[in-house]
Parts: sequence; C-alpha cells; structure tokens
Amino acid sequence: MKHILQAGAALALILAVPALAQEKTIRIGVLTDMSGPYADVGGAGSTLAAELAVEDSGIKARGWTVSVVSADHQNKVDVASNVTREWFDQGKADVIVDTLNSGVALAVSQIVKEKNKVLLNSGAASSDLTGKSCSPNTIAWTYDTFSQANGTGRALTKAGGDSWYFITADYAFGKALERDTTAVVTANGGKVLGDTMAPLNNADFSSQLLQAQASKAKVIGLANAGADSVNSIKQAAEFGITQSGQKLAALLIFISDVHALGLKAAQGLEFTETYYWDVNDQTRAFADRFSKRSKNAAKPTMVQAGVYSSLRHYLKAVEAGAPVADGAGVVARMKSLPTDDQAFGKGSIREDGRKIHPAYLLQVKKPEESKYPWDYARIVATIPAEEAFRPLSQSECPLVKK
Amino acid sequence: MRDAAAPAILRTKRPPDEILAIAALAALLVAAPLAIYPFLLAQALCMALFACAFNLLVGYGGLLSFGHALFFGWASYFAAHMAKGFGWPPELAIAAATLCAGALGLVAGALSIRRQGIYFSMITLALAQLGYFVALQVPFTHGEDGIQGVPRGKLFGLINLGDDFTLYYVVLAIFLFGLFGVYRIVHSPFGAVLKAIRENEPRAISLGYRTERYKLAAFVLSATLAGLAGATKAIVAQSATLTDAHWTMSGEVILMTLVGGMGTITGPVLGAFVIVAMQTYFSAMGQWVTVIQGAIFVLCVLAFRRGVVGEIAARFKISL
Repeated sequence: MKHILQAGAALALILAVPALAQEKTIRIGVLTDMSGPYADVGGAGSTLAAELAVEDSGIKARGWTVSVVSADHQNKVDVASNVTREWFDQGKADVIVDTLNSGVALAVSQIVKEKNKVLLNSGAASSDLTGKSCSPNTIAWTYDTFSQANGTGRALTKAGGDSWYFITADYAFGKALERDTTAVVTANGGKVLGDTMAPLNNADFSSQLLQAQASKAKVIGLANAGADSVNSIKQAAEFGITQSGQKLAALLIFISDVHALGLKAAQGLEFTETYYWDVNDQTRAFADRFSKRSKNAAKPTMVQAGVYSSLRHYLKAVEAGAPVADGAGVVARMKSLPTDDQAFGKGSIREDGRKIHPAYLLQVKKPEESKYPWDYARIVATIPAEEAFRPLSQSECPLVKK
Repeated sequence: MRDAAAPAILRTKRPPDEILAIAALAALLVAAPLAIYPFLLAQALCMALFACAFNLLVGYGGLLSFGHALFFGWASYFAAHMAKGFGWPPELAIAAATLCAGALGLVAGALSIRRQGIYFSMITLALAQLGYFVALQVPFTHGEDGIQGVPRGKLFGLINLGDDFTLYYVVLAIFLFGLFGVYRIVHSPFGAVLKAIRENEPRAISLGYRTERYKLAAFVLSATLAGLAGATKAIVAQSATLTDAHWTMSGEVILMTLVGGMGTITGPVLGAFVIVAMQTYFSAMGQWVTVIQGAIFVLCVLAFRRGVVGEIAARFKISL
C-alpha cells in the first residue's frame, strides 16, 4: 500500500511538473524598428530594456522561465501583423512591447485583442490607442500626442511664450499635433499667429523657417517627427533663430535625436519627455545600468525606459497571480496594482489603458553648459501626472464608464 | 535562324510546358499550408499576383512601370474602405476595388503611354507619387495610420474567412484565376501583338497595328490585376496602409519580377515568394534584410539576368 501511495505521489509529481512549468513561463516579444528612422529611439535598446526588466525583477530566481524574442517590423503594418500572428500562433510570445509606429500599434492592438494577449505600447504616439481604438488588452505606457502637445504647449505658454507659429508636417499626425497644441496654447491665454505646411520627409525648410521668423512669434512650434524634426532644427540653427530670441519647440523629439543633432545645433530647443535620465538618483541608476550595456554607451530614451517600466509592472502582475494565458486578465490586474520602478517612479494605469506619470519640459543646454556625457538638457518645468495626459472625461474610449 | 535560338516566348506554337508549370505550382500551393504558416502564405500569394500583373506589362509588353504601387495600394484602400466603412461583403469589396484600380489604370495609362522608355517610367512614377500623397491626405485613408481592423467577413455569406486555412484557399483560388488570366492573355492574338510591339514597335505600326491602343489595353489589364492583388491583400492583412502605395512597393515588385524571371509565367511567383520569405524570416536581422535584398539583386543582374525561372527555362529551352 505504501509503495502504491509512493508511486502515486511520484506519478502525480511527474504529471504536475510540466503543468507547473507551463504555468510559470512568460514569453516576451519586442516588436520594434531595428533598421529604420526610429531604430535609435527603440530598436536594440528596447530589447536591452526588456532584458534588464527581466533581470531586475529577479523573477527567474523564483522558478519562472522567461524568454525575450525581438523582431524588426520595418515600419510596415503587414510585416508587423505577420510577426505578431506568428508569435501568438506558434507560442513565441504572450506579451508584445514597444511597437514604435502608430499604424503598427493600432494593427497589433487588434490582433492582441482577438487572441487575448497583451500589448504594452511604449513607442507609438497615437492617442487613439487609449481613445476610440482602446482595448482591454492594451496599455499605452510612455507618452502620446496629447501629452506631447500639452506638455510643451502649456508650460511654454505659461512661461511667457504666448505667441506661436507652427511649422507642420503635412499629414494627419502633424496636423493632429498642431491642432492639440493650438488648443492648449489658446486655453492658456496664448495665441497662434499662423502656420505653414511642409511635406513629409522635407529636406529644405528655409522657406518655412523664414516665414516663421518674419511672424515675430515668440515660439516656433515644430509639429513634425523623425528626420523632419532633425532637419528643421538644424536649419533653424543655421538661420540663427534661437540666438535671435525666438524659442524653438519640438513637439515630438527624443533624447537620441538631440544626441544625433549635437548641442551646437539643438541648443535652446524645448521639448517634452516623460522620462529623462538625469532627473533623480533613481533615473540615473537605471540609465547607468542601461548605458553600461548599450551600444555606444547611450542613455535610454523615454521609449526604452517605458519598455523597461511596463515589463516590470507586467511581471509584477503575473507574479501576483494573473494567469499569463488570459491577456485581458493580466491587464486588468496591472490596472489595479500601483506601478513603481526606477525609471518612472510611482504611478498608476487608468481604465482606458493610459499609464499616468509626470512629464518634463526640457530645454537643450548650450555646449559649454554640458558637463558630462549625455548632459544635454535641463528641466524647465514638471507637469504633474494628473495634468500630463488627456483627462478621462474627454476620452472617447468605450471602456470608460461615464 | 533556328527556332531554338529565338526567345522562347516568340514561338507561336503554344507550349504545354507553361501549363505543366502552373499545374505543378498549384499542386505545391495546395499542399503548402501543411508546412508553412497559412497567413504568411496568403500574403505572399497577394504579392505573387501583384508581380504577375506587373510582369504582364513589363515582361510581355516591354513597358517598365515605376508606379504600380498606385493600383495595388489604392485598390487595397478601396477594398478596406468598402468592407469596413460600407460593410460590404468581401467578394463585392474585392470586385469593386479591382474595377476602381482598372479605372485608375485607364487614366494613368492614357497619360503615360504617350511617351516611351524612361519617360514612360517617369510619368508612371510621378502619377504613383501623386496617388501616394493623395492617400496621405484624404480623410478616409487615415493618413499614416492606415485603415485598420478590416473585417474579413463571409464569402458569399457562407464561407467564414476568419479561419486562416479557409482564407488561404480562397486567396489561392483568386491567385490561380489571376495567373491563368495572365497565361490566357499572353497566348491570345492580343498577346502576340503585344510581344510584337515589345520587340519592334515601328514594325508593328507599319503592319497596321494601332500600337497605342494595345499598350493602353495591356496597361489597364495589368493595373486591374494589380488591383485584384491589392484588394485581396487588404482583406487578408485586415488593413490598408501607406506601405502598399509607397514607391518602395513599386520597386519591390520590380525586384520580385527580376529575381523570378521577367517574361516567364511562373517566374514572378517564385520571385515574390523569395522576397516575402526574406522579409519574414530575416526580420530579426534588422537592417541586414535590405542589404541581403540588394546583394541578391546585384547577383541576379550580374549572374543570371533572366531570373531564376528564366535561366532554367533557357537552359532547358522551354518556357515556364
């Protein structure tokens, strides 16, 4: 009888082990731009941030198996959809992080919802992800077009920059940025003197910059992104626009862009980030660990920091008992838990999937003010968490009960 | 001149090799989803059909269009909008979008075939860029976000396309219809005149053919088939985006056709599968994908100019 019991126990153990192992497995997919214009914003750094999140959580020591795979979506929605479906159908990912492209994020978010997985978007800017296209399986972590427009527009207007002129990328994203910023500027007592459109991937901004200069506006808002931002900032420096007293505000730019531009061209530029590595000891500690292992010892961008932070929280929710297989369940648990990590400090996630944390209005330093590597910006203003993002009352998200 | 020395396509006798090649390809494709992920295959088939449509124009008509993404991309927008915005069933959305692409082809073709050679190519490129920027601006395409979440719906109200396997076989049927269509066109009297124009246009004119009409017809047919491919892709990928209308898509289809074999029936299909496979399986390698693509292109131009299938066909003196 004893033998039978022992055999039974052994058998039960054998049967239980694979089940247990299966339950304690987390597969992370980093879907990002590895080769295109945003590769420095996310790219390999996002994969590194994901690996750091797994290591820092110490989850492996507690018996979990965690794998990290990554892929380049080449900024193509169909490639991204392919990779996502394949990861899910062939059991390579339970959670997708980064995305870095609004079109990609919107498409992936739909597949994630269909398959009940999790999307932790860090890089894509579209506020639709937590607006009319929100999903119970998606969290938008780092920033969105609203927080960018709001941060830069509000703080600058309040600081006396009450007349604006926009140089806008002539497509939906640029126009949305201009529209949102205009609303913020006028709400804070400023006025918009005019705007001019530039085509996507424009090489020559001289006509637009001269118009902006002639408008005598105190602030020139750049409602563009990527190469367009870099080109317009470089050429503004050649025209001596910031030296002559006008302020240049980039509505969507990352610290990696400032690094690429160099302080000489970018000095005086104002922009908004939700994570800047040199804010406090905690953010510096994370940035140091990151840059020790990153290419060219680069500090993390806010997108990469968002990947780290969102995954830390995801792992916390899973360890707290949310079943990995039920994506919506994990997201619900993530929303109910307060967030806390080195990169973003304490925060929370709203019911529409919007992560809430403070934003910083930064100004790029002059070359002589920069004391150490990556000492690129000083904090002009801090926008408190509850004011940094679109208020829930304005949300078009169907998940929000009104 | 001996018969074998002439380009295989010029032979007037209808060779059964091509039909055999199409049949072998069809058999392979029917079995393929057992080994390969069907969703990926369905997308590859759309690209393959696109390449076949392009090949009809360049391989048999000798007209190198740099702007075929115009028809592919816009058909995909039309189909996506009809299926999502109007709630049309997939077969109707695809058919209507295909016709729209044909109409676009009529306009673009009528303008561009008035010039020859590089000027023709440049006009098609200019028109495609025009179409791209319209797609970027008009509200219903949602600019750079594209149209997302296109419902696959039920084919004829009966067949649920939500299942990847079902979807694949429906796409395969559409693809084979397109491929066989190209075959029929190429081997019709119209196709013979087209090839004559490609070889020597002044001579075709002197024989009394109104060559511009033939060229326009070929252009419209090619645009329509490219539209069929784009519309199907919108239903498969459940999205329509700027990628499909961008000039790089026009470039990609040239690459596919050249790698596979210009002026062969099955070559572009192989080329499309090679390129799609590279983009998918090498996606983890990041920027190396474009480098490898470039290397293959260089290799193709230097070592086997007729493309993979074209070289095989030439070696065995058959047409494939």
